[in-house]
Amino acid sequence: MSDALLSLRGLNKTFGALKATDDVSLDVASDEIHVIIGPNGAGKSTLIAQVAGALKPDSGSVLLSDEDVTRLGVPARARRGLARTFQVSSLIANFSALANVSLAVQSHQGSSFRLWRSASRDSRLREPAQEALSRVGMAATRCDIPVDELSHGERRQVELAVALALQPRLMLLDEPMAGLGGQDCINMTAVLKRLRGECAILLVEHDMDAVFALADRISVLVYGRVIASGTPQEIRASREVQEAYLGN
Amino acid sequence: MAKHRAELLVNLVIALALPAAALTAWALGESFYVSLVSRVAILALAGVGLNLALGYGGMVSFGHAAFFGLGAYAAGIFAFHAFDGTPVISWPIQIMGAASMPVGWLAAIVVAGLAALAIGAISLRTSGVYFIMITLAFAQMLYYLAVSIPTYGGADGLILYLRSGFPGLDSSDDLTFFALCYALLMLAIFITWRIAGSRFGMALRGASRNEERLAAVGISPYPIKLVAFCISAMITAVAGALFAELVGFVSPTLMAWKMSGEILIFVILGGVGRLYAPIIGAAIFILLETLIGGITDRWQFVLGLVLLGVVLFARGGVMGALTGRARHV
Ligand SMILES: Nc1ncnc2c1ncn2[C@@H]1O[C@H](COP(=O)(O)OP(=O)(O)O)[C@@H](O)[C@H]1O
Ligand SMILES: [Mg+2]
Repeated sequence: MSDALLSLRGLNKTFGALKATDDVSLDVASDEIHVIIGPNGAGKSTLIAQVAGALKPDSGSVLLSDEDVTRLGVPARARRGLARTFQVSSLIANFSALANVSLAVQSHQGSSFRLWRSASRDSRLREPAQEALSRVGMAATRCDIPVDELSHGERRQVELAVALALQPRLMLLDEPMAGLGGQDCINMTAVLKRLRGECAILLVEHDMDAVFALADRISVLVYGRVIASGTPQEIRASREVQEAYLGN
Repeated sequence: MAKHRAELLVNLVIALALPAAALTAWALGESFYVSLVSRVAILALAGVGLNLALGYGGMVSFGHAAFFGLGAYAAGIFAFHAFDGTPVISWPIQIMGAASMPVGWLAAIVVAGLAALAIGAISLRTSGVYFIMITLAFAQMLYYLAVSIPTYGGADGLILYLRSGFPGLDSSDDLTFFALCYALLMLAIFITWRIAGSRFGMALRGASRNEERLAAVGISPYPIKLVAFCISAMITAVAGALFAELVGFVSPTLMAWKMSGEILIFVILGGVGRLYAPIIGAAIFILLETLIGGITDRWQFVLGLVLLGVVLFARGGVMGALTGRARHV
């Protein structure tokens, strides 16, 4: 028993001869922002995928509030309060931002088998979706056009709004700032900061300003292993981390 | 908005074209052409069924002839036993035959729904080209099953001597029969429209575009697609039941792969995922068959050219060429 919301216990995952996840154990408390940093190819996305349920670990387990969810698929984990964003934007291309977020709302309401009533005129869908979009700073005028006509930055916002609309207990964010310009980065950081306390966040991020602005704890992943884990101060001070990652 | 209005207008024209054609033929005393328009309506209905799976759910079924044929056999078998005075089944309960169209439709819906549940449950575990092949394989299995049952005529098929009745109407009248077909076609389009715009429809479109995303928000794509596949099959089965009544004949060829291909052609020609498109597709198909088929047996060569042109130059089918890209949601 622990008071951690998410516990990873001895996760291992190999791709052929490559050890992408090497005996990873870590905890995320229910109110913390836990950031994972590490060089490209360290296995960060692979780890996120195992937490989300998209990849099955070779061994080890994933616990969510002490429930072993290792064998559950992605939808079942999402219904238990795990929301994720993808490193490469993955929205439904010809849906508007509002429709993309609405899907998350209807999932949260458990109502995807209503076959008759119009979804687009349903305020019980529209209003929570609109609210999630405005929380991430999406301009109201941009919510009704197909997401493939939105800018990269806007799509990242929509992804976050989709995750928010699930009212998750834990958000898994894989490089939400990837490809964002300076101002968009600052905005996104501010949005994430406001989520503190509402849900736990397991964040993969390269942008060091964002990392140190947000993190309660940081774990450093290199070659699939957690080589250090601690507060931002501890990580900054660690020689090992300096050499492996920060000191370039 | 202007585009949206153009689409409504085109839909209206398509919807009115069928009864206008049927009435004109009837006024000219050309009962053959009334039946021909009924045929268009029935084949369009089969396409409307497939369109729900293909156009909204992204399921490229190459086996919808199975449901068309099952619907035809269901209606045919009920009529056959009514004529014979024997029960359709006698265990676990006895069900007598009935020369009634609503009974035939209901039988078609139930049989096709159950078949689609089994076929879909297995086929939907695959995707892409495997899904196409496995649906084709199931349809071919049913085809050979129909060939091998002598009670219902085997490969020779089953002749229905009288068209089944409809309470309060004279179904043997060609125009009345057309009206029934047309009413069911419009009902199916209405149902598709409601489903497509519902929460379920949103999830279904989501599943066809990005299953990973749908799963990530906690909706399992599989049951959504399976339900849509079953409804799709049931609509196509009703078309099959009507087809049996139209031609007074049911045979295994209704389940053959060629029929599956034709239903696909109606949808693709007209425009995948567009409500009224299967009517255009079926109409073009029947027009070519009637006009050019009367001159040369090679009319399907022309059909091939038309299909090629549509696929290459109008990606949204004829509907796409007329009104542009489908409206996003
Ligand atoms: N599905 C896969 N099959 C084979 N190798 C993979 C697969 N996914 C990731 N990898 C490899 O695993 C390693 C870790 O990848 P990834 O988790 O994407 O790293 P990161 O997100 O930290 O950049 C990389 O070397 C990558 O090439
Ligand atoms: Mg990555």
